[in-house]
Amino acid sequence: MRIRSIAAAVAAALLAAGCSSAAPTAGAGHSLTPPKLPMLQTLGTGEGQVNLVAWAGYAEDGADDKDVDWVHPFEQQTGCKVNTKIAGTSDEMVSLMKTGQYDAVSASGDATLRLIAAGDVAPVNTSLVANYADIYPGLKNQPWNSVNGQMYGIPHGRGANLLMYRTDKVSPAPDSWSVVFDGASKYAGHVTAYDSPIYLADAALYLMKTKAELGIKNPYALDDAQLKAAVELLKTQHKAVGEYWSDYQKSENSFKTGDSVVGTTWQVIANMAQTDKAPVQAVLPKEGATGWSDTWMVSAKAAHPDCAYQWMNWIVSPKVNAQVAEWFGEAPSNAKACDLTSDKKFCATFHAADDAYWKNVYYWTTPVKNCLDGRGTVCTDYAAWTAAWTEIKG
Amino acid sequence: MMAPDLAAPSPLVRRGGVRSLASALHRHARLRLALLLAAPMAWLVLAYLGSLAVLLLSAFWTIDDFTYNVVQVWNTANFTTVFTEPVYRAIALRTLGIAAAVTVIDALVAFPMAFYMARIARPRTRKLLVVAVLTPLWASYLVKAYAWRVIFSQGGVLDWAGKPFGVSSPGYGTAAVIVVLAYLWLPYMILPIHAGLENLPANLLDASADLGASAGRTFRSVVLPLTLPSVFAGSVFTFSLSLGDYIAVRIVGGKTQVLGTAIADNVTLNLPLAAALSCVPVLMIVGYLLAVRRSGALDSL
Repeated sequence: MRIRSIAAAVAAALLAAGCSSAAPTAGAGHSLTPPKLPMLQTLGTGEGQVNLVAWAGYAEDGADDKDVDWVHPFEQQTGCKVNTKIAGTSDEMVSLMKTGQYDAVSASGDATLRLIAAGDVAPVNTSLVANYADIYPGLKNQPWNSVNGQMYGIPHGRGANLLMYRTDKVSPAPDSWSVVFDGASKYAGHVTAYDSPIYLADAALYLMKTKAELGIKNPYALDDAQLKAAVELLKTQHKAVGEYWSDYQKSENSFKTGDSVVGTTWQVIANMAQTDKAPVQAVLPKEGATGWSDTWMVSAKAAHPDCAYQWMNWIVSPKVNAQVAEWFGEAPSNAKACDLTSDKKFCATFHAADDAYWKNVYYWTTPVKNCLDGRGTVCTDYAAWTAAWTEIKG
Repeated sequence: MMAPDLAAPSPLVRRGGVRSLASALHRHARLRLALLLAAPMAWLVLAYLGSLAVLLLSAFWTIDDFTYNVVQVWNTANFTTVFTEPVYRAIALRTLGIAAAVTVIDALVAFPMAFYMARIARPRTRKLLVVAVLTPLWASYLVKAYAWRVIFSQGGVLDWAGKPFGVSSPGYGTAAVIVVLAYLWLPYMILPIHAGLENLPANLLDASADLGASAGRTFRSVVLPLTLPSVFAGSVFTFSLSLGDYIAVRIVGGKTQVLGTAIADNVTLNLPLAAALSCVPVLMIVGYLLAVRRSGALDSL
């Protein structure tokens, strides 16, 4: 009895503490007026270390391939020891940045605005990043990395989500996403898909190209009926799915063993699988693809801002930007990187400067009620996508 | 001469202090108990019950649907979602089914093993067998789960062994989850049953035999009723560990969603919903403990 009353007292105290600290207000609207946060004005010598949240392949220290290492040279040059936390999804990145334990993050377009609006990242003083001058103009001051002309990060690179298949198990060689949607039953139990609500956009893109009557203009702007169509498509796909992936190593492993034979991937996973002698190919299907445009951002609570700025300058420096672009399989953001790639045609292959090409790649963007294609407020937001994703996975 | 006189009082005083404290403690049994239990109780209440209270509390909050910041506005929408959405009901039932299957399989496998260890094996073999059962607990959980991933994979050990019989690996999924969890938690079932069987008085078995009962009858009428509480005690472990697991499910479960993975996914997507969802296994376990308590199993834990 006594223990129970103590527990009740503790619970009541916690309740009181929790309620009294209720500062933020709900539904402040998302016309995006980010909290006013100071940006770094002068660059110091560095704090000795930097904590990064990054996509797999963005902060390589030679562990995956001993020749692929731009972390150690950075550490030697700046004295900033790099601690990297690899995140598998944008949602993971957003929640990691909320902890305030990380200094910088390689955020994709579906994370950037959420981070800015929440005040988790600070505006970036681009004059402290020397290599910013060489970034492609088409990547500067974009809706996903700036607010009212103020940059909130340094563009890193952009690319498309690809279709990977086992050359020995999948024939004919696919050139369309239909192999993982309408034709998925042929590979029942061995289809794989990316485990995040944002994957709904892949289905929406396929519907946009194959079912004109749905009237989808932008895979991130779906009204109720369009979302429902995408959900139905993915529920059909679910029957053929062997496993969903967000852990890139597990995905590579599944393709290697043949547990997965066809599904969505990143170029870096395909590269690693090919290095391990797995018979796989990655292609950009004819419908186009969803993709990403990533931005390095600095935490508003960064404990090591100097090192974070030095890292941002380092990762977009011509040589390193070329290395990371080739390793991950994406277009570099620094125009000068194109002269330094080991494959001289790399930038042409990945359309680094081809703005017309990028109009057909649908960068990951957070879906919001106010339709991104300008139809008004009839669209489904990310919360609805999240609920739909749980429902699809059953 | 002078020095001893000066030095003398202080040890006496100190000794007197210790002595009076000791006698005070001797006289006040409650004070003694309070001092002894203060630290563990503080730990239990603050760290354990406190975190449970925070969990329950945050389930009543919500999130900003764009920034995903937790918004501390009191509402019960998360519980409504968890208890009314068919998908969560399906996930809860699937998890319950997996936990039940794991428990039954473990009980069926563990009983004969424990019986052999406790009643048939010679004393030296007995000790070796106990060590053998405990050894897997020394290996990392992750290593064991990944080993099973390799076993279940295409062209893996299971495929290879089943080939002559035309059997192939079921692949990653619910079946693999049940097998792996049953493997992982088996020692937690064997040990309580083993203890229960060891405490079974031999003369009861002799008496049963003297009265003409067959081996089967002795098992049904003597051994089983006396050791059932131990089986239930083991089942508390296997059942609750299976209900909460999500890592093994991520590794060998393929696309299988269980409560654990749904909670883990929502920790990054919607923390308050994850908190509401995590109340489901807590309720299930409390229900199970209450049911098991009636069998007297908790006395033999």
